[in-house]
Amino acid sequence: MTATDTLPEGWQTALPPLNAGEILLAWLELDLDANLNFRTSLVALTNQRILTATESWPLTATAHLHHVDHAGVGMLELDDGEKLLARWRYTLGRNPAALQFEREFNRQRDSQASGLPPPAPVAASCPICQLPIPADEEDCPNCARELHTPPSTWTLLRLWRFAQPYKGMLLAGFLLTLAATAATLVPPYLTMPLMDEVLIPYQNGKPIDTTKVAWLLSGLLGAAVFAWALGWARTYILALVSERIGADLRTATYEHLLKLSLEYFGGKRTGDLLARIGTETDRINVFLSLHLLDFATDILMITMTAVILFTINPWLALVTLIPLPIIGWLIHMVRDKLRTGFEQIDRVWAEVTSVLADTIPGIRVVKAFAQEAREAQRFREANKHNLEVNDRLNRVWSLFAPTVGLLTEIGVLVVWIFGIWLIAHDRITVGVLTAFLAYISRFYMRLDSMSRIVSTTQKAAAGAKRIFDILDHVSSVPDPVKPVALPPLKGGIKIENVHFRYGNRAILRGIDLDIQPGEMIGLVGHSGSGKSTLVNLICRFYDVSEGGIRVEGVDLRSVAVADYRKHIGLVLQEPFLFFGTIAENIAYGKPDATRAEIVAAARAAHAHEFILRQPYGYDSLVGERGQSLSGGERQRISIARALLIDPKILILDEATSAVDTETEYEIQSALNNLIRGRTTIAIAHRLSTLRRADRLVVMDRGRIVEIGNHDELMAREDHYYRLYMAQSKQLDELPALGMEAGMENEVVA
Amino acid sequence: MSRAPITGSFSLTRNLMGQLVFVGADGTAHEGVTPVRAFALTAPDAGISLMSSESKELQWIDSLDSLPENERHLITEALAQHEFMPIIRRILSVSSFATPSTWQVETDRGATALILKSEDDIRRLKSPGGLLIADGNGLHFMIRDRRDLDAHSQRILKRFL
Repeated sequence: MTATDTLPEGWQTALPPLNAGEILLAWLELDLDANLNFRTSLVALTNQRILTATESWPLTATAHLHHVDHAGVGMLELDDGEKLLARWRYTLGRNPAALQFEREFNRQRDSQASGLPPPAPVAASCPICQLPIPADEEDCPNCARELHTPPSTWTLLRLWRFAQPYKGMLLAGFLLTLAATAATLVPPYLTMPLMDEVLIPYQNGKPIDTTKVAWLLSGLLGAAVFAWALGWARTYILALVSERIGADLRTATYEHLLKLSLEYFGGKRTGDLLARIGTETDRINVFLSLHLLDFATDILMITMTAVILFTINPWLALVTLIPLPIIGWLIHMVRDKLRTGFEQIDRVWAEVTSVLADTIPGIRVVKAFAQEAREAQRFREANKHNLEVNDRLNRVWSLFAPTVGLLTEIGVLVVWIFGIWLIAHDRITVGVLTAFLAYISRFYMRLDSMSRIVSTTQKAAAGAKRIFDILDHVSSVPDPVKPVALPPLKGGIKIENVHFRYGNRAILRGIDLDIQPGEMIGLVGHSGSGKSTLVNLICRFYDVSEGGIRVEGVDLRSVAVADYRKHIGLVLQEPFLFFGTIAENIAYGKPDATRAEIVAAARAAHAHEFILRQPYGYDSLVGERGQSLSGGERQRISIARALLIDPKILILDEATSAVDTETEYEIQSALNNLIRGRTTIAIAHRLSTLRRADRLVVMDRGRIVEIGNHDELMAREDHYYRLYMAQSKQLDELPALGMEAGMENEVVA
Repeated sequence: MSRAPITGSFSLTRNLMGQLVFVGADGTAHEGVTPVRAFALTAPDAGISLMSSESKELQWIDSLDSLPENERHLITEALAQHEFMPIIRRILSVSSFATPSTWQVETDRGATALILKSEDDIRRLKSPGGLLIADGNGLHFMIRDRRDLDAHSQRILKRFL
């Protein structure tokens, strides 16, 4: 990077000429101007100054470049310690480049101030996550995963991936289809000799040849029976295969879904996901087993019929086939309209399901606020939307089928006219015309059913697209291609310059924290200060936007997710119990735990006694959310669950804030058993619950503002002191507080 | 926690660093004040709050019209710098009808491209025909009323709704 020719395409002449000895070090392409209009410009950094096309600022020791972002717009501000010199804006897509620019600037300025040469840049590192980039790769394997290429339109073909294991059966099915179709084409062919050699001679006074009739009629029967047997075998085999493909598809989708990060679930509605895995896979299934099969048969039938017709009489065949292109064109025309319509219906349908999925779990809130009427209205509106979309589609659809019917009738009419004319001119026999009419009725019947395939194909394609939307979604916490084996954990965690952004909101801005093995850290701060986010990052539910988290010197992103999570025990504010027995719930993280282990964990969690009070002890069933247990009891079960896996790292996210003081005391002593000898990170609303913490980390708006133990922080009389005083003041002001603290928990939950 | 809104008299100035400085009824100066709209979408002008750099509310403003010229100007200017919600005037083309899809759009702030990650990122607003589109980089684009778009844009948009 020594001359302006290293600048990106189109920018070589954008800068004024450089001074002698001036070296271009970095540049940033901006895409917004000062009035926030989309306009590109360039700002560049040399070893002497910062410059744009029109202005430049020297690199003085007091110069300071500083970066902020808000609502999707990033901003770099340059000041000299006293006043603002310049401000540049860009959309967040360029944020990594901007941060790189800022780092380069700081390095240059510091080296100018100290007179030392700038420190050599560290071996190529990713501009986003700052991880070193492996020598054999160009992009950072962790960051080059944003999926911006759309799936192909021929989504249905991608189902082949699921069909492949059943290749053999599919081939058998195809051959059977071929044979069955051929068999059904025999009877009309036999009508020809029946007409020309038996019936018409009889009308002309010849007696009926009974042996010939017997042969022809038994031929008809034989063909029918043959077609029946083949058809049965083919339908059975192919239905078997398609059912298996559908099941594989469903399982694969669900398995993939489970691997996706919390970020994905945060942005999706439960109802929509339920609909995709349930209804859509079923629709694809029906399509494969019924419609696709019919379609294949139809194609074969039409091709074979056409061949037969041409061998009998090419001219009549030609006339018979005339309506075919017209129908083809009609199908094509309607197709686009139908496809978009069906996609729309799917989305509207998901909307309807979503209303249900939103309301039913929250039914207590709905009833408590007497909002049944509003929810009903919401459902009615979603339903109305559904009707509107369906009505629009049905207008097209309802016209389509009768039109195909009409064209069929016209086609038959044309064959009659031309056939009679040919007979009149002695070009064909009556038998040939009869055979043609018999064929053509089948032929058009197939065309009609083929036109139906349009809608089902489109429906299935729309369904497949929505399934593949899930399958194509790369987890935002992907497992590395070559995961590093995790060394035995001692429990230390090193958090280095961690940033995290959710949507366009920066939640964590540069967190640095070194957690020693066995240490207990208390995270303190207002809600929204980023405590839970930090914990989620440590669990690797999300990946950091910038910076890195290391355990035993290994970056979290380079180890297999499941490997790492094995070592983490998590106790949440709202403990989730799965449907099953208490023992199963405790052993959730370690299904092969012995009964003795389960009981020991429950004892340590102070849960043993109340579990024994349940009708079936450890085998008592608990509902979806453990309805029959109290909050404190559920919490202790979840503590036992965490204890059982004997984690090296323990995370307590507001573990005691949902229960009363007395229960809290019980839980607290249970927790003390849990904490012993483990690295613990605890978030607590009540500061008193953190008195055992070795260090308290006070967070405020995504940054760490204070670190120290209770006494040190109190002596400092700053953030922590204020939080603490506010709480003890509230304690004096009971009962007003009880209400408010309760409210707050409700909101957080 | 419902505190009474703070509505006393106050003054605003801009310092050399380009920050807003707020002096309230008690005479203390706060640097780095940010104005925030309380209902950015449904009623942008109905309530504006001045927040300190510690995210504490310093002042509640019911309506900008009630303010003296200088304050109103500074607040509008600061809001304009903070708010970035390009309004889509036309959708020129989309890379595909399946998401993720890159849209070439014409906005009130010039032509640009946006990446729609999923149809779920299109949010219907309460106002009839109003849409808010979140792009892959966190920018929000607004369509005031999709029925006012030209036929081509509407046809494209319909495929995503």
